[in-house]
Amino acid sequence: MPNTQSAPLNYVPGEHPDLKPPIGQTGLLLWVRKNLFSSPFNIALTLATIYFLYVVIPPMVNWLFIDSVFNAGSRDECRELGKGACWGFIGKRLGQFTYGFYPIEERWRVNLTFVLFALALLPLLWEKMPRRRMLLWFSLAFPFIAMWLLLGGFGLESVDTDRFGGFMLTMVIGVTGIVFSLPLGILLALGRQSGLHFIRWMCTGFIEFFRGVPLITLLFVASTMLNYFLPPGTTFDLLLRVLIMVTLFSAAYIAEVVRGGLQAIPKGQHEAADAMGLKYWTSMRLIVLPQALKISIPGIVNTFIGLFKDTTLVVIIGLLDPLGIGRASLSDSKWQGLSTEVYVFIALFFFICCFSMSRYSIYLEDKLHTGHRNE
Amino acid sequence: MNLIKHVAATAAAASILLAGTVQAGTLDDVKAAGFLKCGISTGVPGFAFTDDKGDWQGFDPAVCKAIAAAVFGDSSAVKYTTTTGKTRFTALASGEVDVLARNTTWTFSRDTDLKLDFVGVNYYDGQGFMVPTELGVASAKDLDGASVCIQTGTTTELNLADFFRTNGISYEAVPIETNDEARTNYVAGRCDVYTTDASGLAATRSSLEDPSAHTLMPEIISKEPLGPLVRHGDSEWADIVRWTLNAMITAEELGVTSANVDKMATGTDNPEINRLLGSEGDLGAMIGLDKAWAWRAIKMVGNYGEVFEQFIGKETPIGLERGINAQWTNGGLLYSPPFR
Repeated sequence: MPNTQSAPLNYVPGEHPDLKPPIGQTGLLLWVRKNLFSSPFNIALTLATIYFLYVVIPPMVNWLFIDSVFNAGSRDECRELGKGACWGFIGKRLGQFTYGFYPIEERWRVNLTFVLFALALLPLLWEKMPRRRMLLWFSLAFPFIAMWLLLGGFGLESVDTDRFGGFMLTMVIGVTGIVFSLPLGILLALGRQSGLHFIRWMCTGFIEFFRGVPLITLLFVASTMLNYFLPPGTTFDLLLRVLIMVTLFSAAYIAEVVRGGLQAIPKGQHEAADAMGLKYWTSMRLIVLPQALKISIPGIVNTFIGLFKDTTLVVIIGLLDPLGIGRASLSDSKWQGLSTEVYVFIALFFFICCFSMSRYSIYLEDKLHTGHRNE
Repeated sequence: MNLIKHVAATAAAASILLAGTVQAGTLDDVKAAGFLKCGISTGVPGFAFTDDKGDWQGFDPAVCKAIAAAVFGDSSAVKYTTTTGKTRFTALASGEVDVLARNTTWTFSRDTDLKLDFVGVNYYDGQGFMVPTELGVASAKDLDGASVCIQTGTTTELNLADFFRTNGISYEAVPIETNDEARTNYVAGRCDVYTTDASGLAATRSSLEDPSAHTLMPEIISKEPLGPLVRHGDSEWADIVRWTLNAMITAEELGVTSANVDKMATGTDNPEINRLLGSEGDLGAMIGLDKAWAWRAIKMVGNYGEVFEQFIGKETPIGLERGINAQWTNGGLLYSPPFR
């Protein structure tokens, strides 16, 4: 019998030498071929994209890093030192961008608030945190601690809210809005489904009103109209008015998002809870809401991200958020005309905040994923 | 019936009481608070900006500082409230601020219908046009069909419409919100023309890469007297603001500067200087302040000319000429009533 065909049989079973797959069928090359050059249309798109990136990226990197000036005392100085971005301006004004007009010797209080905020956030976001139960009490108390630290009183020098500004103002408005609008929104959503007509009408009316008007209108009402309604001479802190409006506005949105979640819960769940003899609040707390909120997470986080970005609207009523600080700084004739730097810098801050919120929401969805999702 | 009468009487009494609190002098409120509430803009080059330390500076905040210096002897006793073109008048009317020093044009309807009182003019401005030189336009009347960057909610918007209608030419408005936005749009070529007050144009032009590539049109199409304003109904407070401004203008006319004011306050041969600085007579008492009120304002902030040169004058990047903002003795329009 010729030996040519049966040669492989000589291998001991399990000891076959693994032959390499043909070139281009594995690894990077395969990926490139499959994803970038699979059809003439794809080839054209890929080439166009590469050309686009080639045109855009080198000048951008040049402007951002290579030609940029990190240390300068004025715009003219910047222009002499390099053609790129003038980060020296941002550096000189970093304190203002972060703290607004908060007194310099009291800025440690803002820093401490930021640190405590991170600490308060940890047990909320991370379930495996050691001693989570104890720390949750701290998280609950945090808004009051923050209020005391930022506003002063009880031993600390008091600071008026008109000194708030910059990123600190954004955080104050954003975080307050988020923290207070979620519980309020849930209550509104439950109220809208309530069997008691009065409560249902009230909640529906509230939600429809606040969803039906733009936030900017509410801010104008807060800043100017309220002054006409209140007795003359009463001053009612502008920031507080804004906080209330922002919270109510986003609570209306949260309510609708949560209502979507509530409606997705099968009627059987309610009936099962009733059959167990659970009262309304207990059944909501133990059975309906955990499921409804889980479904609503993407919508809730979406609303929060929108709210956080909407905080920049306060510049229209004269509160100096980072954009406002930027505008006031750009009016300094020493620095005039560096608006691109300011906007890039502020965009970076917002991107970091919003991107981390969105990532956390994905993590939360995966963690709570119990196999009911269609995939 | 008795009850209704009683309620009506109480309500009437309450409203009188309320009205009373409104009428109570702003000066007393300011003194009780310990600081002046001053409304300023959110940023106009040279006129209002934050410095590297985070303090408000500029031609407009200087008015607030002078008033604070006159009332308290501390030019930093000011609480600045930033107002936009849309919120400024309600902020003043509602009492959120005591005085508005925010390049606001004095017009008939603002003075009367909005129940505000302009106390004077600290900058005589007028609306102009800036175009790139390469367009080869020599006069604003040649701008037929041009796209114009224009700040919304301002008198400039109305002036622009009037000017083009009078001359029978058309334009396309590019609405913008802030000076900086206008600059960016103009540089990017999204509008052929930028129009705003001539002072703003000069400031913007100075910040462009090549100022000589841009021309200011010779036409000034409007009168824009800018000045501080207060609420109707408290003439005593209006007097303080008006005469603090006048004191700065008079000081320049009489040659009193922040440098020599101390020496002059000990007494000079010019009786008007003596009256102004309080070494003769007691003008301060007539407006509810002490003798040295004007001395403090000039000492801490400077006279009109000093403030002008510090923030917007020729030596600054804004580079404005005095022009019609010179003293009347130099052919300008600044003319303070006498201190007598």
